Amino acid sequence: MAVNTISSETQEYLRDEDAFKRNLRSRHFRGRLWRRFFQLALVAAFLALIALFFNILNSALGYVVEDYAINPITLAANGDLGALPEEELVMILVENRANRLPVYVRDYLYAGDPAVFTTLPLSALLSNTVLPAGTADLTIRELSVEQQAELLLNNIGQPQLIAIVEEQVIEPTILQTWSLTASLFERDQIEAEFQENYAAQGATLFFKSWINLDFLTSPMSSNPAAAGARTAILGTLYVVIVTIFIAFPIGVGAAIYLEEYTSGSQNSRTARINRLIETNIRNLAGVPSIIYGLLGLAIFVRALSPVTGGRTIISAALTMALLILPVIIINAQEAIRAVPSSLREASYGLGATRWQTIYKVVLPSALPGILTGTILGMSRAIGETAPLIIIGASTFILFDPTGLQSKFTVLPILIYNWTSRPQDEYRVAAAAGIIVLLILLLILNATAIILRQRARRSLTA
Amino acid sequence: MVAHESSSQKEPIFMATTLGAGQEQPAAQNIGITTARGPEPRRGSLQKRPRPVDGLVRILLFFCGILSIFTTIALIIVLLSESIAFFTSGLVTLPEFIFGTRWQPVAGEFGILPLLNATIVTSFWAMVVALPLGIGGAIYLSEYAKGSTRDKLKPILEILAGIPTVTYGFFALTFMTPVLRVILGENNVSIYNMLSAGLVMGIMILPTIASMSEDALRAVPNSLREASYGLGATKFETISKVVVPAALSGLIASFIVGIARAVGETMIVALAAGAGPVANLTVNPLGSGETVTGHIARISGGDLSYASIDYQSLFALGLALFVFTLALNFISQWVTRRFREVYQ
Amino acid sequence: MSAAKAARQTTGAYAIELHNVNVFYGEKLAVKDVSLNIQRQKITAFIGPSGCGKSTVLRSINRMNDLIGGARVTGEVVYNGENLYASNIDAVEVRRRIGMVFQKANPFPKSIYDNVAYGPRLLGVRGKKQLDEIVERSLKGSFLWDEVKNDLKKSGLALSGGQQQRLCIARTIAIEPDTILMDEPCSALDPIATQAIEELMRELVKKYTIVIVTHNMQQAQRVADMTAFFSIRKEALEGGKDRRWGVLVEYAHTPQIFESPQFEETERYIGGEFG
Repeated sequence: MAVNTISSETQEYLRDEDAFKRNLRSRHFRGRLWRRFFQLALVAAFLALIALFFNILNSALGYVVEDYAINPITLAANGDLGALPEEELVMILVENRANRLPVYVRDYLYAGDPAVFTTLPLSALLSNTVLPAGTADLTIRELSVEQQAELLLNNIGQPQLIAIVEEQVIEPTILQTWSLTASLFERDQIEAEFQENYAAQGATLFFKSWINLDFLTSPMSSNPAAAGARTAILGTLYVVIVTIFIAFPIGVGAAIYLEEYTSGSQNSRTARINRLIETNIRNLAGVPSIIYGLLGLAIFVRALSPVTGGRTIISAALTMALLILPVIIINAQEAIRAVPSSLREASYGLGATRWQTIYKVVLPSALPGILTGTILGMSRAIGETAPLIIIGASTFILFDPTGLQSKFTVLPILIYNWTSRPQDEYRVAAAAGIIVLLILLLILNATAIILRQRARRSLTA
Repeated sequence: MVAHESSSQKEPIFMATTLGAGQEQPAAQNIGITTARGPEPRRGSLQKRPRPVDGLVRILLFFCGILSIFTTIALIIVLLSESIAFFTSGLVTLPEFIFGTRWQPVAGEFGILPLLNATIVTSFWAMVVALPLGIGGAIYLSEYAKGSTRDKLKPILEILAGIPTVTYGFFALTFMTPVLRVILGENNVSIYNMLSAGLVMGIMILPTIASMSEDALRAVPNSLREASYGLGATKFETISKVVVPAALSGLIASFIVGIARAVGETMIVALAAGAGPVANLTVNPLGSGETVTGHIARISGGDLSYASIDYQSLFALGLALFVFTLALNFISQWVTRRFREVYQ
Repeated sequence: MSAAKAARQTTGAYAIELHNVNVFYGEKLAVKDVSLNIQRQKITAFIGPSGCGKSTVLRSINRMNDLIGGARVTGEVVYNGENLYASNIDAVEVRRRIGMVFQKANPFPKSIYDNVAYGPRLLGVRGKKQLDEIVERSLKGSFLWDEVKNDLKKSGLALSGGQQQRLCIARTIAIEPDTILMDEPCSALDPIATQAIEELMRELVKKYTIVIVTHNMQQAQRVADMTAFFSIRKEALEGGKDRRWGVLVEYAHTPQIFESPQFEETERYIGGEFG
């Protein structure tokens, strides 16, 4: 037995208690140091998150100096345009901007090619529109101012009329903005600066929350002071809902096919198809979203333009559906895999066919997991910007989306567009847009959590 | 329609026995319980018979499954065909595309290197942030944080992961860039700079790396940690000498996926890194630079006419991006597979 | 002999003394009031039905229970005259002196050499010659040297189950502990590998104190000098549930436990009536 062949020198070293104790202290010290570093990594992530939210709030609230071409107080009591009936709003437009009425008709009622707007008769341009008597065969130029006003009054609602008046008549312009921190801690300085530079010209200084009801309900505008996110919010909802209608059934179907029909198959051919699809889905999940944009541009926007109408909601939704399919499939697969096989066997044992078993036993138990994956996919679809830029979502659009073949814009595009402009007032509007986007995501995720808990409860009860 | 033929064969045999009175019980609506009607034995065939619903469903599901393959094929055809049109247009050759050092479509110069250079610089700075913080955070979550602490910390990463990238772009431009300009000097840092975009991209990628790394670390069996403690190792020694080496392939995979995400990220670089034709191959991150993705986003934003050289150039860039990220994903999957084999 | 070396050689008859040890997992009492003295350079076996807390007691001896969240030990575990659960005791120091071999062989995914050199390297041994010497001596000590001396670079995971377990023992003796705890070291091994480990234990006990938890009563009979029998106590709670904890029933020389146990419960367990 060779247990004691070790040289006494080495043995001495291993048994040197004092050296061991000294050594141990430095080992513990090193351990504590690294632990701090690991902790710091999460602290850094947390600080980044705080900075991100702070920066958005800091931009979206604060003092602004605003000036008007015509002060709203001269138009309505207390400057409250909302109190005016539609007739008066149209009268204001006629009085102040009579020659621009055809432009408003074009921007708010017409969705076609702007090049032919002035040359074709109204009946050909404006379907679903109440035309003033006897004007159907005239072009817009041939209408009298009264007829144009009537056309606007009959077809445009009060909120949009208010938006037009604000933008075109009142013409508020933001002269300067301050961040929230500056507004809170440097009020005196802001006041002084205002008195020195702007007070003389009749501008007003006030604390503005860029995220407000007007912002949510007004359409886009070339004037940042009057700009709203309404068309973009509706566009986002439209695109996401259509996307889910396409992606959910296909994604769940694919997951069922992979898990229930081909997974673990003895048939080598089926097993090969399964492996191929699985690998392919995992690779698709790693393809950058901008590439999906190129795919959508070439196929849905260009090749299928007779069906999709080009750069429209349906093209966007189809592109987004392809983009989020891997997310939905992978999550649904996991959910289906988690259903215990004893449940399936019980169903088969009662004489159910495969599809009956899937439909009545497997899918209900897997539903919470499938829903979670779907919500994840929806969140992705709401936030994605790059593919929609590629397929050409409009950056400036005044009317609400009306159908699948409607041109559209979405919140992220709006935010991108506003952020990329150099003026500060657009940046703050972008911050307000981000808040809306984040709130939308928050609502969605909260819904997901509630849905999931409800489904789980109904399963266990 | 191989799929259809095999469907009825694959149903379990035993189900047919409970459906003895098969003629009166259309199988498609029936979850199978047929109550006995009397003492006389039930007649009826136990032989196979067509089940149209099941067959149809199977075909439908097959198409759902195969759609992802079509997507990939369509992607490759689209990218390849437009790229071929690009390279056969006579305006640019493949070597010029790959080795050219100027990207100036107006001047007919289509060298990808300056775009690639900006992509590499921004991705590098993203990884400088994301790798140590992501793996450090993962180690803390997996090895140090107890259950309840972990439940409190994980939402930080989940929220970071759920924030749309355009928001990060806004953050880079309106927060990170001003901060950098204060720290490094207004004159040294241009308004659009690659460093700001890269650092923010790192924050964006951090949750991906952290969550993949945490999975890898947690997959290391506890018995290895116990063995190390049993030999008198401290916690940090156990982590650095046993847990991290055992999870190394998983960590590498997370690193590669992180790079793929950085390379493919568009909105942050489009907003914060800079735009415009580029001809400089600078690695100075304080200057501006247009990345591959940033360029695609910028020139496709306008009304691009189909069949123009600009339109085709997008697809050539897209193809380069696709091949690059696909290769990274393949490597990461290969590394992960090797990792799994160790403990099985 | 240096002073430090002298400090490690204690004069007491017992290697480890347990006084009124209770182990809790969270609020739950797992083991109640265990007192026993483990003799120096003897093999002590812990036997008993599953769930009787014998592994829990074993793991409390080198503070491995510290690693389980919510685990708490009261009472005293005295080693070299010091209570291991006193606030000034460093668990790392404890484990460096009281080594452990686990139920399932758990070599690191490293080479055989690196597995054995892991502990000495932690202790600051850097010299190649010294490490070589320790690796060789440890592998010889665990009867593995002849089988692996030509491929020390091979992964420890490439060895057979019995070889892996002997590698783990080599790894443990490489840091020169004075006590080795073994938690069912043979439960995953075939009879031949088990026999090899048992022979190894008989050899190791010439130098080390060994405590082994085993399910196998024959094994205890074959190798152990002393045997402690643990069992389960229950208390009914409302709602048909009950509370269970482990206790030490009897501790004596192995022949005595197996041939003339003092308690009926021991006799019934030995007789195979429960377990």
